[in-house]
Amino acid sequence: MRRRNETYKIVATKELAPKEKLLEVEAPDIAAKAQPGQFVIVIVDEKGERIPLTICGYDRAKGTVSFAFHEVGKTTKELGVLCEGDCLENVTGPLGNASEIKNYGKVLCVGGSIMIAPLLLQVKAMKEAGNSVTAVLGARIKDVLMMEDEAKAMSDKLYIATDDGSKGYQGLDFLKELLKTEKFDHCVAMGPVVMMKTVSEITKPFGIPTIITVTPLMVDGMGMCGVCRVTVGGKMKFGCIDGPEFDGHQVDFEELVKRQRMFLPEERLSSVLWEIGGCKCGRNKA
Amino acid sequence: MAETKPKPKPKIKKESVEMPKQKPKERVKNFNEVALGYTEEQAIEEANRCLQCIKPQCVGGCPVEVPIPEFIKCIKEGKYAEGIAMIKAKNALPAVCGRVCPQEEQCQVNCVVGRIGEPVSIGRLERYLADWEREHGFQLPEKAKPTGKKVAVVGAGPAGLTAAADLIKLGHEVVMFEALHLPGGVLVYGIPEFRLPKVIVRNEVAYIEKLGADLRVGNMVGRTHTIPELMKNGFDALFIGSGAGLPQFMGIPGENLGGIYSANEFLIRVNLMKSYKFPEYDTPLRLGKHVVVIGGGNVAMDCARSSMRLGANVCLLYRRSREELPARHEEIENAEEEGLVCRFLAAPLKFIGDEKGWVKAMECQAMELGQPDASGRRRPIPIKGSEFTMETDTVIIAIGQTPNPIIQRTTEGLEAHPRRGTIIVDENGKTSLEGVYAGGDVATGAATVISAMGMGKTAAKAIHEYLMNKK
Repeated sequence: MRRRNETYKIVATKELAPKEKLLEVEAPDIAAKAQPGQFVIVIVDEKGERIPLTICGYDRAKGTVSFAFHEVGKTTKELGVLCEGDCLENVTGPLGNASEIKNYGKVLCVGGSIMIAPLLLQVKAMKEAGNSVTAVLGARIKDVLMMEDEAKAMSDKLYIATDDGSKGYQGLDFLKELLKTEKFDHCVAMGPVVMMKTVSEITKPFGIPTIITVTPLMVDGMGMCGVCRVTVGGKMKFGCIDGPEFDGHQVDFEELVKRQRMFLPEERLSSVLWEIGGCKCGRNKA
Repeated sequence: MAETKPKPKPKIKKESVEMPKQKPKERVKNFNEVALGYTEEQAIEEANRCLQCIKPQCVGGCPVEVPIPEFIKCIKEGKYAEGIAMIKAKNALPAVCGRVCPQEEQCQVNCVVGRIGEPVSIGRLERYLADWEREHGFQLPEKAKPTGKKVAVVGAGPAGLTAAADLIKLGHEVVMFEALHLPGGVLVYGIPEFRLPKVIVRNEVAYIEKLGADLRVGNMVGRTHTIPELMKNGFDALFIGSGAGLPQFMGIPGENLGGIYSANEFLIRVNLMKSYKFPEYDTPLRLGKHVVVIGGGNVAMDCARSSMRLGANVCLLYRRSREELPARHEEIENAEEEGLVCRFLAAPLKFIGDEKGWVKAMECQAMELGQPDASGRRRPIPIKGSEFTMETDTVIIAIGQTPNPIIQRTTEGLEAHPRRGTIIVDENGKTSLEGVYAGGDVATGAATVISAMGMGKTAAKAIHEYLMNKK
C-alpha cells in the first residue's frame, strides 16, 4: 500500500557503536519540518509494528531525516540489517513537540547510550542559540560509547562517564561536585530512564530546570492509544502529544520504567523467533 | 353495495428474511465476519417485501439520502449494476454502511411495512448490492469537467472519504491526508474485522482513489503540514474530518497500571496492527483471562467481542442499567450470544496492582438511577457503603473519545469548543476560517459512521458552492 511521494528509501547507514545504528532516510515532508526533540514513527514492513524513534538529524535540502536505534528487539534488529537503497514501509512525522531552544546562558546536556545521537542535535541547536554548553556522554562500558569526537567538536566542555569506570568518571556522581563549583541555568537529559532519574535528582537541590525526554511504548504516536501515558506532577500526560519532553523534577520515573516493560515477554518472543528465522529479505549480513 | 369486492391486499410477509450468520460457538473462536450476507434468492425475496411507496418514508431517515425504493426495485428486477450505481451516486461507502449503519433507528424505523411487521431490511439489501459489485467490478461514474480548484481533505475516515468522493465527482482536484499508515480511519482502526472485514474498506478506498483522489498516508496534518501551510500552498479549500481519536480516561487511582488499556489502544492493536495474529504480525497484545470492559457503547461491545475471540472471559461493567446501554441492540444481542456477562449499575473507584505493576483487582461501587440528566438518560448515583472488589487481570476503558487536539493547537483562528475540543461549524460544516470546513466526529464528538458521512456530504456541497462563487 505504499503511495506515490513516499518511498522512505534508506540513503545511508552508520554504525555508531556495536549494535547501535543510525539510518538516514528519504522523507522530504518530514525533513522540511523536523525540529530537535521531535520523533518519527517507523514501520519496517507490512506486518511490522509502529515504533517511535527520536530524530537525530535532518537535511532540508536533501530531504532526508536520520534516527538512531539500539538493536534490542525484533524491529530494531530488522532495521539493523537494512542497507542503503532498501525502503521502509512507512515513516510518519515529525511527531511530538519540539524542544524549547533559546539562550538560557549555561546549559548542561547529559546523554546516555543511543540517545546521545539526538542529544547532539540539541547541543548543536543550543550552541547556535548562543548558549555555553557542557556535554556529558554516558555509556555502560567504554566499548559502546558513541560520538565522542562529534560531541567534543560541538560543545564547550565534554565529560565522559561509564557505569564500570572503564572510561572517564564512574557513574554520574561527579556531577554533584561539578554543580557545586559551576553554575548552570538549564539542563537537558536524554537516555535510559534510570540515567535521567539520576540526573534529575542531582540537579533538583541546585534548582536547575531539567528537561528529560521520555521514550515510552507507543502505537500510533499521535494521541490515539494512550499507551504512552506518563504521570507528570501527579497528572496524566501523553508522551506523544504532550511530550516527549517533560520537567524531570515532576516525572514519576518508577511508573515510567514499569510501563516500558509491559510487553517484555512478547518482545522477547518476537526477538527470539526472528533470530531463529533470520532476516526475511535475505540481506542479513551476519 | 353489498357486492363490492374487497380490494386485493398485497401479500407482505410480516417477517423479514433472516441473514445467515456464523453460529455463536464457532464465531467466538475466529475473527471472520459474523453476518454472512444474503444470497441472490434471499435478496430478491426481501426486496419483494418493499411496497415501493409513492412517498417513501425511509429516505428521510438516511443522512446521505440514498434512493432506497429505487435501488430495491433494481434488486427485484435483477438489475444489480444499475442499483449499485444509484446508491453510489449518493453514498461512496455502501459496503460499509450496509454493515455498520444503525438502520433500525434511521431508514428502517420509518418503513411503512414496519407498521404491520418487521421493516424491510434496507441495510442488508444495500450490502447485497455492494458485495455484488465487489465481485463483478466497479463502474466509475461520470465526473464533472475539471474546475481547476484544489481541495485538501484531512483524514481518510468516513467523513473525509465521503467528502472526497463528492468533490471529485464535482470536478475538483482532491488530496487526502491520512495520519495513520492505512486509510479508512475508524473503519480500519476501530471497527473489528468480524463486523467489517478490512478487505471491504480497502475496496471502498480503492474506488475513491480510482475516482481520482490523491491519497497520502502517514501524513499527520498539524505536524507534517499545518492547515495554514496547506491553505497558503495551493489549496483553495480544506475539509477537516480527523475524527475523535483521543481516548478518555477515568481519572481514578491506578489507571496507569499494566493491563489497563484504553478502548482505542486495544482496538488499534487488534484491528489496525492485527495483534490477534501475533507473532506473525509484530504488534503484541497481552490479554489475561478475566477482562473487564468499562462502558456500554458500540466501542465497548467491539472490545468485549474481540476479547472473547482472543479466549478471555469478559465482563461488561456499566454504571447505568440495561435500558440505558447506548450500544446497538443487535450488538448487545450478538455479544451476549457469544458469552458476554454484564454487570449493570456499578462503576470502578480504583484499580489495584500486583508487585510488578499489573492490575489484579478493582474496587467498585454500586449505583442506583436518579433523575434524567442532560443526555436524557437517568443519572447514576453511587450507593453509600456498597463498595465491592472485583478480580481482573485486564481492563479496557471504553468511556468515549474526544477530538485530537493537535489540529486545533496548530491552527490559529480555528474556533473549537473549550471543553469538548470539537471544532465549531455551522449547518453547512463551515468553520471560523475562510475556506475551511469540518465534519464528522471532530465536529460532533464521537457519533456514528453514517452521521459523519452525512456531514462530509453536506460540507462537500458547501465547499463546491464556495469554490464556484469565489473570484
